[in-house]
Amino acid sequence: MYFWNRQTVLDYYNMIAQSPVDIVYLGETVCAKRRELRGEDWLDLAAILEDAGKEVVLSTLSLIEAESDLAQVKRVCQNGRYRIEANDMAAINLQKPGTSFVVGPHINTYNSSMLAQMSDLGASRWVMPLELDDKSLTAMQQQRPENMETEVFVFGRLPLAFSARCYTARAHNISKDDCGFCCREYEQGLLLSTREQQSFLVLNGIQVQSARTYCLIDQLPRLEQLGVDILRLSPQLQGMTEIIDLVDQVRHHRLEPALAAESLNDHMPTGPCDGYWYGDPGMDIRGMDIQEKRL
Amino acid sequence: MIASKKNVELVCPAGNLPALKAAIDNGADCVYLGFRDGTNARNFPGLGFDTKELDRAIDYAHNKGRKVLMAINTYPRPHQWQQWCQAIDRSASHHVDALILADPGLMHYAATTYPDLRLHLSVQGSATNHEAIDFYARHYAIRRVVLPRVLSLAQIKQVIKNTDVEVEVFGFGSLCVMVEGRCTLSSYVTGKSPNSNGVCSPAEAVRWEETPQGRRSRLNGVLIDEYAPDEQAGYPTLCKGRYQVNDNIFYAIEEPTSLNILEILPELIQAGVVAIKVEGRQRSPAYVASVTRVLREALDRCMANPDTFRVQPAWMAQLDKVAEGACHTLGAYHRPWQ
Repeated sequence: MYFWNRQTVLDYYNMIAQSPVDIVYLGETVCAKRRELRGEDWLDLAAILEDAGKEVVLSTLSLIEAESDLAQVKRVCQNGRYRIEANDMAAINLQKPGTSFVVGPHINTYNSSMLAQMSDLGASRWVMPLELDDKSLTAMQQQRPENMETEVFVFGRLPLAFSARCYTARAHNISKDDCGFCCREYEQGLLLSTREQQSFLVLNGIQVQSARTYCLIDQLPRLEQLGVDILRLSPQLQGMTEIIDLVDQVRHHRLEPALAAESLNDHMPTGPCDGYWYGDPGMDIRGMDIQEKRL
Repeated sequence: MIASKKNVELVCPAGNLPALKAAIDNGADCVYLGFRDGTNARNFPGLGFDTKELDRAIDYAHNKGRKVLMAINTYPRPHQWQQWCQAIDRSASHHVDALILADPGLMHYAATTYPDLRLHLSVQGSATNHEAIDFYARHYAIRRVVLPRVLSLAQIKQVIKNTDVEVEVFGFGSLCVMVEGRCTLSSYVTGKSPNSNGVCSPAEAVRWEETPQGRRSRLNGVLIDEYAPDEQAGYPTLCKGRYQVNDNIFYAIEEPTSLNILEILPELIQAGVVAIKVEGRQRSPAYVASVTRVLREALDRCMANPDTFRVQPAWMAQLDKVAEGACHTLGAYHRPWQ
């Protein structure tokens, strides 16, 4: 998701291969210009992860503009072996009809009719859009199509927006076409603050993320009750082993969510947020705040 | 698909009946509007049409041979589903000329319930390439796509070359720099977004403060900008604030400026764009009248003789007067902007 150098990516997935993670989403989703790893490199990684017992899904770009972007997505869609995660309708259109796929978080699946459409086209899993709340998910789970898995983003900085413009390049006062891959300098993105030094957003090339880390760890029992099948963790360089371990313990009921939340706090560079889940502004904190007071 | 060069439509905003009349009287071929609720992406206080006003709007437009496009371009959540479908029913019964939709769930409903009703894919549908457009055409028979404001002119040409769906592009108005339909910055800060609520950086979340350092604008408490005493303050749309990145304070996302495509109008027409859209249902009838008049004249001249078309300084002056930030840009159409 961030632009990491080749060795960092390989080390990261080597760590993932040893971790209790069940499913790995691989591939570049943000910027088509980032080519530290080529298509065959990703496939090699996929094979290693599969050998380690992981299910591999190949993710696709979230903003597809040029013909070369489309060609890149087409290659992923026609890999013939792994399921793909579609983050644009183009990826769904490029699939062989009836092929199983994952509806990514950047496809706007806001209601049951849309989910039924996706199911009819072969979708076997959907990732809840980040904006959606408990109330909407509850209703959508009640009308969920058969053989459709539900995945919820529970930890990480929120990918809030995509643009034609590269904001990392803009911060360096250079244009996207001459970016010199300056985003490589920011392994966890480039922080944007307000003029009163409130950490606000994170720039990651053409993507804008939240500075705060979305964390629904205290809602894992609720998600289980709603029949959510998969919990999504967004990658970060610092503390990922511990983050995975904490979430794994909570999902297996070996650790109290509140205790895990306290430990996860150490891995959030600018603190937590969970507002979207409660229908509040996304940057707000409700669940975590209550726990912090109690602890 | 390359359209006939004579048929490029001017599509203008109508936030209310006076704006609709202003658009039509000044030469709009089509007006686009929404109901007075969250079913459309300009759910601002005092904007939109109720059923009675829609009757009058359609009469006014159709009597003058112009078209009415109904925007139902937000994404309903499960508990809102019925209301959004009813908005489609009401539009169909009033004989609007097309629906502008973003949600495939609603497209399915419209395409199966009213198969003869023309569908346009809203800019909120985030279709930026011909494969995505083909998806909507194959499954819901959309006839036109409104492209997000993120493509370069060369990319727009490429899209048109590879699709039979009509292509509409933004020609003037506030510049949204993100892929529309995939931006939740506004709900991150305020709880309300274009996708879910039809608003971005809503007025109810705005606070102005006078401080010794100058005037400050806040959006739900977040400092968006601070203005020196002699500086003109603008509306605090959150992507158009000044922020700090590394050691610099600047417009880190986008300056407050308007999109203006007059300079490349001949190339857009040559490329086969079928319609030019003006942004601004939230703007006054005077804005609509002024912008429509200038674009009508420019389009007519350009279609009559694209080779000798020159942008008139008076047009630019007129448009800059009503532009956000009183200045303009070609935005993403011009590659170096990106």
